[in-house]
Amino acid sequence: MAWTGFALSAGMAVAAGLVGCFAVMRRMALASDAMSHVALPGIGLALVFRVHPVLGGMAALLFGTLLVWSLERRTRIATETVIGVVFSLALAVGSMLATGEELMDALLGTPGRLGVLEMGMGLAGALAVSAFVLSQRSRLVIALVSADMARTSGIPVARLELLYLLAFSLTVALGLRYLGVLLMGSLIIIPAATAKHLARSLDQMLAIAVGAAVLSTVAGEIVAAHVHRATGPVIIAIAAVLFFAGLPLRRRG
Amino acid sequence: MANVLEVESLSVVLGKTEVLRDLTFSVAQGTALAVIGPNGAGKTVLFRALIGALPYDGTIRWAQGSRLGYVPQKLDMERDLPITGRDFLEAKVSVSHAPPAEADRAFDLVGLPPDIAAEPIGTFSGGQFQRLLLAFALLGRPNVLLFDEPTSGVDEPGEERLYEMIRRVQQVERLTLLLISHELSVVFRYATNVLCLSRARPCFGPPEEILTPERIEQVYGAPLKYHHH
Repeated sequence: MAWTGFALSAGMAVAAGLVGCFAVMRRMALASDAMSHVALPGIGLALVFRVHPVLGGMAALLFGTLLVWSLERRTRIATETVIGVVFSLALAVGSMLATGEELMDALLGTPGRLGVLEMGMGLAGALAVSAFVLSQRSRLVIALVSADMARTSGIPVARLELLYLLAFSLTVALGLRYLGVLLMGSLIIIPAATAKHLARSLDQMLAIAVGAAVLSTVAGEIVAAHVHRATGPVIIAIAAVLFFAGLPLRRRG
Repeated sequence: MANVLEVESLSVVLGKTEVLRDLTFSVAQGTALAVIGPNGAGKTVLFRALIGALPYDGTIRWAQGSRLGYVPQKLDMERDLPITGRDFLEAKVSVSHAPPAEADRAFDLVGLPPDIAAEPIGTFSGGQFQRLLLAFALLGRPNVLLFDEPTSGVDEPGEERLYEMIRRVQQVERLTLLLISHELSVVFRYATNVLCLSRARPCFGPPEEILTPERIEQVYGAPLKYHHH
């Protein structure tokens, strides 16, 4: 694979690792996985109307983000349940719209074949997400510990929440072509879960998550090319191996 | 003495329940107000309305230039996170554009040693965690501190030390203090005024007037033991 392909997948992995840290710490691991499924009906509709599938996926993700955000602002407990229902429905509708090989591609990603425009947009998106998380990390940490303490510190909590969810959706969109709807959520969550287990400070967590995500992605591409298998599942398998390898390594007192 | 806070006919409705009704009180600068009342009386709701986190009817007027520090009672978060005490305070330093040395000053004020501050917050004891939250609230130099149940999750010898520390910080920083507490003996010693919330009519006044055995029985629905010092 060309080095540009590597650059793009590494960029996507960096964004996934960073966004994932806050998803895991906010205990939205399951919610975020379900949220990535909402891209599927968008991809299905895009295929029906012959639009670029990633555009359809992004539109659906944007809709899903706004839905989650407005739900979170109302009740706290019901959110998880509603997310579970709405996004399983999205998966069902998407599967009805897209069929056969298209569906497999949307779920598990398609290898290679990226145009210059897609490449450029992918890198720009990865850069935007990474810049957002790194520049807003202080605000995100405070809002994570207590929304009320964040408010009295002058942080616009609702807006920050929306921006974070948008960054999350954008990250899912970045991986749609590559890893597909089912696996992109995993690249966001698994390296961050590994990092949460091993790290003792925020800096360590961000660094370990990014390292694990990039390592899984790059190694996954190389291994997949050798064993002639689809890239996405290999990437996630390596990420999961890193997670399990990290379990006995905990350095906590 | 000028008032830092004036509250008039404050009502808060959550869902279909009227949690607070027609509440009127004021807090003078540099004084300590203790809010007491049984569970479910709306003490935390009152604080959350005061910091602007809940919609309300009536008037809440903070004096101009009031900077609020808030320490909540319960946190809706997992404690086992790779965030150190220092990470948490430095986040506040960065958000409030305070000089970096402010974090050390805040740790010092609440008596949290640097080696403990460098540990993940999941390893903190109840008392240490409360000190951390207080240090966080004190960053950015607030002149009003709202403290919701400082000693929940703190053992008994720790309680006394925590209240002593709050009192010391209040004097050093010249804070106006709003405190929710169940410790009536502490309230009696420290509070300038007491606001009691209950299903009966709310009452407001100096502790000698409010903390009479009859009043307490009215508020809590049962006689409550406490000792004067």
